[in-house]
Amino acid sequence: MPEKLTNVIIKFYDEYMQTTPKKLKIIDAYLLYVLLTGIIQFIYCCLVGTYPFNSFLSGFISTVGSFILAVCLRLQSNPQNKAEFTGISPERSFADFIFAHVILHLVVINFIG
Amino acid sequence: MKKIQGTWGLQWLMRMSPDKQDTLLKMVILTLAAILSFSTRLFSVLRFESVIHEFDPYFNYRTTRFLAEEGFYNFHNWFDDRAWYPLGRIIGGTIYPGLMVTSALIYHVMNFLHLTIDVRNVCVFLAPLFSSFTTIVTFYFTKELKDASAGLVAASMLAIVPGYISRSVAGSYDNEGIAIFCMLLTYTLWIKAVKTGSIFWASFVLFSILLHGECRYLVSSWGGYVFLINLIPLHVLMLMITGRFSHRIYVAYSTVYCLGTILSMQISFVGFQPVQSSEHMAALGVFGLCQIHAFVDFLRSKMSTEHFNILFRSLVLLVGSVVFAAAAVATALGKIAPWTGRFYSLLDPSYAKNNIPIIASVSEHQPTTWSSFYFDLQLLMFLFPVGLYYCFTKLTDANIFIIMYGVTSIYFAGVMVRLMLVLAPVMCVLGGIGMSAVLTTYMKNLDNPMKKEKKSTKKIESNYPLKNEVDCHLCNPTNDSFPVVLHLPLHLGHLRSLLVPSIVLSARGGDGSRIIFDDFREAYYWLRHNTPEDAKVMSWWDYGYQITAMANRTILVDNNTWNNTHISRVGQAMASTEEKAYEIMRELDVNYVLVIFGGLTGYSSDDINKFLWMVRIGGSTDRGSHIKEWDYYTPQGEFRVDKEGSPVLLNCLMYKMCYYRFGSVYTEGGKPTGYDRVRNTEIGNKDFELDVLEEAYTTEHWLVRIYKVKDLDNRGA
Repeated sequence: MPEKLTNVIIKFYDEYMQTTPKKLKIIDAYLLYVLLTGIIQFIYCCLVGTYPFNSFLSGFISTVGSFILAVCLRLQSNPQNKAEFTGISPERSFADFIFAHVILHLVVINFIG
Repeated sequence: MKKIQGTWGLQWLMRMSPDKQDTLLKMVILTLAAILSFSTRLFSVLRFESVIHEFDPYFNYRTTRFLAEEGFYNFHNWFDDRAWYPLGRIIGGTIYPGLMVTSALIYHVMNFLHLTIDVRNVCVFLAPLFSSFTTIVTFYFTKELKDASAGLVAASMLAIVPGYISRSVAGSYDNEGIAIFCMLLTYTLWIKAVKTGSIFWASFVLFSILLHGECRYLVSSWGGYVFLINLIPLHVLMLMITGRFSHRIYVAYSTVYCLGTILSMQISFVGFQPVQSSEHMAALGVFGLCQIHAFVDFLRSKMSTEHFNILFRSLVLLVGSVVFAAAAVATALGKIAPWTGRFYSLLDPSYAKNNIPIIASVSEHQPTTWSSFYFDLQLLMFLFPVGLYYCFTKLTDANIFIIMYGVTSIYFAGVMVRLMLVLAPVMCVLGGIGMSAVLTTYMKNLDNPMKKEKKSTKKIESNYPLKNEVDCHLCNPTNDSFPVVLHLPLHLGHLRSLLVPSIVLSARGGDGSRIIFDDFREAYYWLRHNTPEDAKVMSWWDYGYQITAMANRTILVDNNTWNNTHISRVGQAMASTEEKAYEIMRELDVNYVLVIFGGLTGYSSDDINKFLWMVRIGGSTDRGSHIKEWDYYTPQGEFRVDKEGSPVLLNCLMYKMCYYRFGSVYTEGGKPTGYDRVRNTEIGNKDFELDVLEEAYTTEHWLVRIYKVKDLDNRGA
């Protein structure tokens, strides 16, 4: 079973490296980075505590929000999903991405205290 | 000649292209619906005057005035020392400012344009204004769900549905009127976001969620909040179960949840609730599910089924155990707030009644009766299933939403009368869909009668018998058998009772003329002009907001009901004998006591009828445990104020204040003195004097009676 699992993962990795367009890979790298930031924040809050709760929340939600928005961007700019998002060009989705980010981070700055 | 004149008005219309005609007709109908919804709500202004109704609106009016005069910053830091004496109340942090900000904004814009309007008129007309906006939003909502014609039907129904009118008449300046608009706007944008899968629309959902501030207020006080915030997650969950989950829904929901959580926490009263209380956990859970679902979909698209299964199984094991452990730890540490009483009361209607008397004492929190379903919704009751049927025949993501909304809100409306307001719009939408679908189906078959005669033999062969006749009956508005559509407006008559401001009462005199009882304002203005500035007035909490707003005097308890023990203390004072009550009143520093008494006029929602609630609430805390509800009943278990009534009742403070000097008054011909016209009995305790109070003022029709608390004797007894 574990060998099989590693086998599957290796195969998955190979396929990913071969078939994914470069644009999406960049987004994926960004996603990984955001995910790591989130994990670090989580570990930190477990160790140190959440004392200024609003600061912790705004930091954490900022990370989660960035992650989600990047995923949305990835979904919308993936050529495979073209049929699902009719009328949304990659440029449009990037503009939406920035728009949502502006809102998110304005709120975060207000909330972080 | 005559004919030409008759059709002259339509000539220009006929010359337009069909598309243009279509647009024009839609615009005209929509505009008419919007105007109608504004004007039907103005009855009370026309019949009486432009006043604020009810109790809560007076508080909203007072805060709006403060906001308009003092500015937002002062408003935010406002500590109100006029209410909840001696505790006071921090207004800025304990209300949702959306309503006040909206009207202050309108006020400033109007004045900037040199349209001088005072704050009160803005407040009075805000609800009708927003109801006409709601009409337009309903049109777009239904249009997104089905088509424009259904939207038009729904919009015109919403303009006149009694369940909504009763909450948004001119003068009922409350969060509810504006919240329905926000709610529908949110749902419209949500549907739009689901359909397009665009972050842009989803971000707009957020703004309306922020507007939802009011929605939250509307609902947070009575638990419908749970319903509203959970509807969207429920929809997403439903889509997942039915296998309709797609990337579009992922985009819409994740964006809305993420940004919505942090945005809603900007309102100081909401605080950290969205991440702590259990009511929001459903939304969080669905959010998590969304992520997992999307991730699994991603993996599945990348590998073969066999491989996927192996990976999936190991992932499920890992994630499942981690989540379970995390939930256990969070609950053990008390991070997840316990289920609140209001939530229980929503799921189990009898919960509040058994456990929290203050919730149960509000008549709007009672379970809805069957008749009020009909009176509030009229023929929509019958069109609702039709609409549901048509939604089921053509299931889409959006249709599932409206089905969920309809079904859940029916359930919740059954729990509380107040939630009828949430049900009314969805009834209109579904009714609109139903009616328009029925009409489009049958209108097609409706032949021109001239044509019919030629083809009739053929028709009957090819179709079921009497098809045309059936259609005629369904679709011809002049036909007697089509009264259903006209049915709704006709019933507006009974609404007149809803359109009367409760602050001014009216009745028919013996000769058919109208008598107006303006006693409330009379009493409040008396207080304002004849009592010292810092006088403390004790009354039951219902009248708290009105006294602070109109009389400008300090009160002990008001409609905010945040401190149960304080209210209970007032209830104890009212339910005790004079000596006991005097101690409590000295303790609370009371100068004046105000009671509402309807025995002379027959005004039935007076303090004697509310008295049992004072007893229950008074007895619900430790200090009032000597007050037993059963002491106030007769041995047979009846609540009577005549000679048979329990002696405890006949000697309590409330009884004495209401019936002081009443024993010598003739109220109705052929009846003895002291005949109570509400309870229809002669009162039991007629000749008594008040020891610790003296009558300060009684209004013209005895509706409001004010007593002054005497000082301590100069010499101790």
